Formats: sequence, C-alpha cells, structure tokens
Amino acid sequence: MSDTSRPDQHPVTRFTGTDRYIATEDLSTAVNAAVTLGRPILIKGEPGTGKTQLAEEIARSLERPLLQWHIKSTTKAQQGLYEYDAVARLRDSQLGDVRVHDIGNYIIKGPMWEAFEQDQQPVLLIDEIDKADIEFPNDLLRELDRMEFYVYETHQTIVARHRPIIVITSNNEKELPDAFLRRCFFHYIRFPDAATMTAIVDVHYPGLKQELLKAALETFYRLREVPGLKKKPSTSELLDWLKLLLAEDIAPETLRSDDRRTVLPPMHGALLKNEQDIHLFERLIFLHQREGR
Amino acid sequence: MLIEFFYQLRKGGLKVSLTEFLTLLEALKQGLAQFSIDEFYYLARACLVKDEALYDRFDRVFAAHFKGIEQVFGPPGAAIPDDWLRQQFERIFSDEEKALMQAMNWDELMDTLRKRLEEQKEEHHGGNKWIGTGGTSPFGQGGYNPAGVRIGSRGGQRSAVKVWDQREYRNFDDSVELGTRNLKVALRRLRRFARQGAADELDLPGTIDSTARNAGYLEIKMVPERHNATKVLLFLDVGGSMDDHVRACEELFSAAKSEFKHLEHFYFHNCVYEGVWKDNRRRHTEKTPLMDVLHKYPADYKLILAGDATMSPYEITYAGGSVEHFNEETGATWMQRLLATYPKAIWLNPEPEQRWTHTPSIRILSELMEQRMFPLTLGGLERGMRELS
Repeated sequence: MSDTSRPDQHPVTRFTGTDRYIATEDLSTAVNAAVTLGRPILIKGEPGTGKTQLAEEIARSLERPLLQWHIKSTTKAQQGLYEYDAVARLRDSQLGDVRVHDIGNYIIKGPMWEAFEQDQQPVLLIDEIDKADIEFPNDLLRELDRMEFYVYETHQTIVARHRPIIVITSNNEKELPDAFLRRCFFHYIRFPDAATMTAIVDVHYPGLKQELLKAALETFYRLREVPGLKKKPSTSELLDWLKLLLAEDIAPETLRSDDRRTVLPPMHGALLKNEQDIHLFERLIFLHQREGR
Repeated sequence: MLIEFFYQLRKGGLKVSLTEFLTLLEALKQGLAQFSIDEFYYLARACLVKDEALYDRFDRVFAAHFKGIEQVFGPPGAAIPDDWLRQQFERIFSDEEKALMQAMNWDELMDTLRKRLEEQKEEHHGGNKWIGTGGTSPFGQGGYNPAGVRIGSRGGQRSAVKVWDQREYRNFDDSVELGTRNLKVALRRLRRFARQGAADELDLPGTIDSTARNAGYLEIKMVPERHNATKVLLFLDVGGSMDDHVRACEELFSAAKSEFKHLEHFYFHNCVYEGVWKDNRRRHTEKTPLMDVLHKYPADYKLILAGDATMSPYEITYAGGSVEHFNEETGATWMQRLLATYPKAIWLNPEPEQRWTHTPSIRILSELMEQRMFPLTLGGLERGMRELS
C-alpha cells in the first residue's frame, strides 16, 4: 500500500493510524479532538510504545509538515520561541560590522516560531517535556493557549498563521503543572494487548510466519510477566527482536516454552537490556527446570 | 445531563476544571463523538483526566453516571439484524442455556459479568464460563448473546458497551497496593526540589549574556546551587508480622534503590534500638550501632522508616521490652534520637490505615513520629513525599 497516491482529493482531516502505525480507537479519538480544536495533546506511556512516532505518523497521514523540538534537561522555554545571540552581536560591534545596527540579525528562530510561520497547519512535536526544568511548561502556557508571543528585542508580536497540531510526549519523570495540563488533551498509551500487538507486528513485518509470530509473542508476554524485571521489554524491543529472529531464520520450535534445552530465548539481548534481568531470568528458568524434574 | 456528570466527577475526587469541561462541550459541538458512546467516553477522558492514575476513578464515575444511558445510543448489538441473531442464538445455545440467559436481565448480566471478571485469573479463549474470545458465554468477544458485552480492546465497527467497566487502569489508582513503576513515580516527587535555595553560585553563561547586553560592562549573575540528588536513609522492618508485607516492602526498596543515588538502607525488627543491620543473613554478627549511623549521615538525609509498627507496646516504651535481646534504653528513646537528628522523616506503614487506631503500638509510634505516618500505598507515599520535600 502506497501512502502518497491517495485516490481522494480532499485533504485528510481525521487520523486513524497509518499503514505502519496502529492507533487504537481511544488514541485516534484523542488525536482527532486535538486536531479539530487546535489544542495540544499530551501523550504519556511506557517507553517504547510509540509516543514520538505518533507525531511523525500524524504528520504523514494528514500530509502536514513536521517540526520537532527535542527537550533536554537544559532546554529553556524561550529557546522554542527564539534566541537573541547577544554574544555574536557584541563581537560584530567590536569588529565594526554594519549588521550590528539591526537587532533582527541576531534573532534566531526556534521551532515554535517556525511552526507559527508555516503556510499550512504543521505538526509540532515537543518531545520528552518532562526532561526539562520544572518551570518549563509554565513558561509556555500563554504561547500554547493563544498561539502567539512577543519578541522584546524587535517589538513584534508573532501570531500563528495556522494553529499547529502540537504533540507533547512525557515519560512521567516530573509532574506537569495543573495549569499546563488543563490546556492539553491527554492520552495514556496503554501497553498493547496481544491482539493489538499482532496488528502492530503485522504492519512492520507483513508476511511473518504465523507460527513464529505466535511463538514469539508468547515468549514476549511471558517475559513481561516475570516479576521483578527492572526494564520490561516494550513494543520497540519486540520489533527489534523479531527482526533478529527473521534475520537469523530461527525456527518457531526453538521458541516453544517446553524446550528445556534453550535456557534463554534466542537473541535475548534485544529484549532484556539489563544484566540483572538476564541473571534473574536465568535463575527462574533454573528453578523451573528443577521443579519439572 | 453533562453538568450533572461534571459535578459527579468532582464529587468522585477528580479535579475537573471549568475550562476542561468547556473544552469537552466545544469538542462535542464540533461533532466529535456523535454516534458512539465509546467515542464519547474516550473524548471525555482525553479532555477531563490528565493523569493515568485517575483513569480508574473516572471509569467508575462514568459507569455510575451513564448506567442505562447507553440505550440512547442504541442497545448493545443493535447493528446486527434481529432475525439473524435469533437464528444464531437458536443454533448455538442449548435450551438450558437459553433459558438461563433470558432469565438474566441487564443488571443481572452486568453483575454476573463483574463477578466473573473478579473470578477470572488468567487469559482464556473458548469454553463456556469464562470471559474470553470465541466462547459461548454471554460475556466476551464473539459471543452471541443479544445482550452480550464485548470484553476486549479491538473495537471494529460495532458499538461496544462498557469498555470502562473493565477498569483496565485499575492498578494505577492510588489507593491500591503498588508496583515498582508506580512507586518510582511517587518517589520522583522528591526529585524536583533538588535545585532550590539561595543564589550563591556564579552563572557563567548568564553573566556573559548579561554583560554582552550591557554593552560590555561586567554584570554578574548568580544561580542557586544545584543539589545533584536527594539523600535518603531507609529503615526497613523485617521478620515477624512483617512477613505479610514482604512484597510491598521489596517493591518500595527496589523502587527507592533505582530512584535515589544516595540511598542508605538498614534493617530493624519491630522497633529501632541501639543496633541496626545491613544484611539479614548476618544480622546477629554484623550489627551497626545506631549511634554510628546518626553520626555518619548528616541531617540533610531524609529518613524513611517502613514497618507495620504492630507489636506489644512494651517493645517501645520499656527498657528490656525487645523480643530479641535486652535493650538498655527504650525503643522510644532511640526513635527520638533518630528524629532529632533527621528533621525530615516519615514512617510508611503497610497496614491499612483504618486499622491503625485499633493497634496501641501504631498509635504510640504515630505520636512519636508527630503524625508523620502514612500508609504504604501510592496515595500515602505521595503524602509522605510531600511531607519530606
């Protein structure tokens, strides 16, 4: 299925997932509400459940430009709007550069400004907002609400030509302020159940042998059930693992649980990322083997 | 109708604001979620609930408020023609089963369903009692009972009733016992206070920036010192009546361990006395005098005690009251020393809060802690963390 040659001429306005992204009904409802009302949507969920990818897929399916703003612990809200490069101006003034007379030459646009200037409604991804300082979301309240901001240096007000679709992701490392939350739609991506997971795997690896997939999913969910794992494997890890299984052409029988000779599932490095977890799992298998005897 | 729902939500403990409610109304006006109650449910949740810990509470209020309302949107399974349904019904179920099912009305059906949901421990496909896919039970995906209820998450085209009644977000509610992930989220509360205080450090980029703005005249900027991590001293009660709560304590311990860089832990039994230990296997040989602990770790450590505080009151208030050895000074004295050294302290108790008043030793310790005793649940932990920070 090709996504570029759509038969209908009307621009797509509803998001229902794409050929490589499975959106559950609740997720698409939330996204469509955010798109229709032009309000930001906040996405939370376990790592590896496709939070960041969601923005890309919204942009792709609605055919909108995508702007990304990745947040780090040092990111300031102001950087999303613009930055005034005072040091460059100071240097230029000492060198006698004529550019120094226009302060606008030293204003560097941030991703939000870029998004406000787009000709058609863009998708703006604010990724991992919880990494930033606790005050970060508060500093963006007015900008997200009114979709406008004021540039002090040049005394101009930048107003969004089209309210961008803002997708914000969070890993829940910090709590977000209520005032901020009130302005967003919220969706928590639940870990997909087996049926959804089959659909997800299907769009990534169409034509995967059914029995291999079934055996792999069983192993995967059993692994997730192991109590005390530090990092439970997530969707993206499952997809990586399947890729390895395919590349190595592992037979589904090798994955079967009753095979006692295989201590760990093959290529387990893709699923268990922590040495303690691998150790724990080995011990559990050892115990099971002893019980079974 | 919706105004009533709004107040129900607020009464149910969800802090829904007026703006959020207006957003929902606006969304409805824009024609989102017109034809399906499922969609309405998802939309309302996205608008009104901003914390996955509250999903369960929302589900409960929603279920209570919209009970019976789904008829407005059409009865369950209305998309299937009646004739076909009856045919299938005749074919699939025995007379006995049919009689049984017809005897149940909607409420009974829901009640039975709820009971089964509680009974069911593992995933199930096929069969005729449990909930699962492809069964003959009235409950479950692919069942043919006219009043059947879909349990499962793939929506398809049909209107599915009562997704919220599954209460999938059950384990996130903050009055429920914890998993480590939930615990970590709660413990993270302590993290945010890591960068506060007086501005006593030179802000180099800030100084350069303001100097440049100031046309080259030096202008110094200061910022508060950055505390790299919260320091925590964790005391865990082991053995005896604590055996019932091992899991909760293990979870607390493993969550705390991964969350705090500076975490020191010690074990004690029932009440803190002159000696604590780090390894339960060598508890009798390698005890650390509590005095050493008090001297070694400075007062900026935050003290968390975890224990059920359930014992005989003598163990706290009398010298020699300990069940394991002869203690020269009372447990209460040692508790007071601990609290004098560490002003930021809480006690987390895995016993349910309602039972506290009936146990004298809990009352005594709670008084010693100046009421800073919290239940070992997500909600309790959050309250505790607020106290500590």
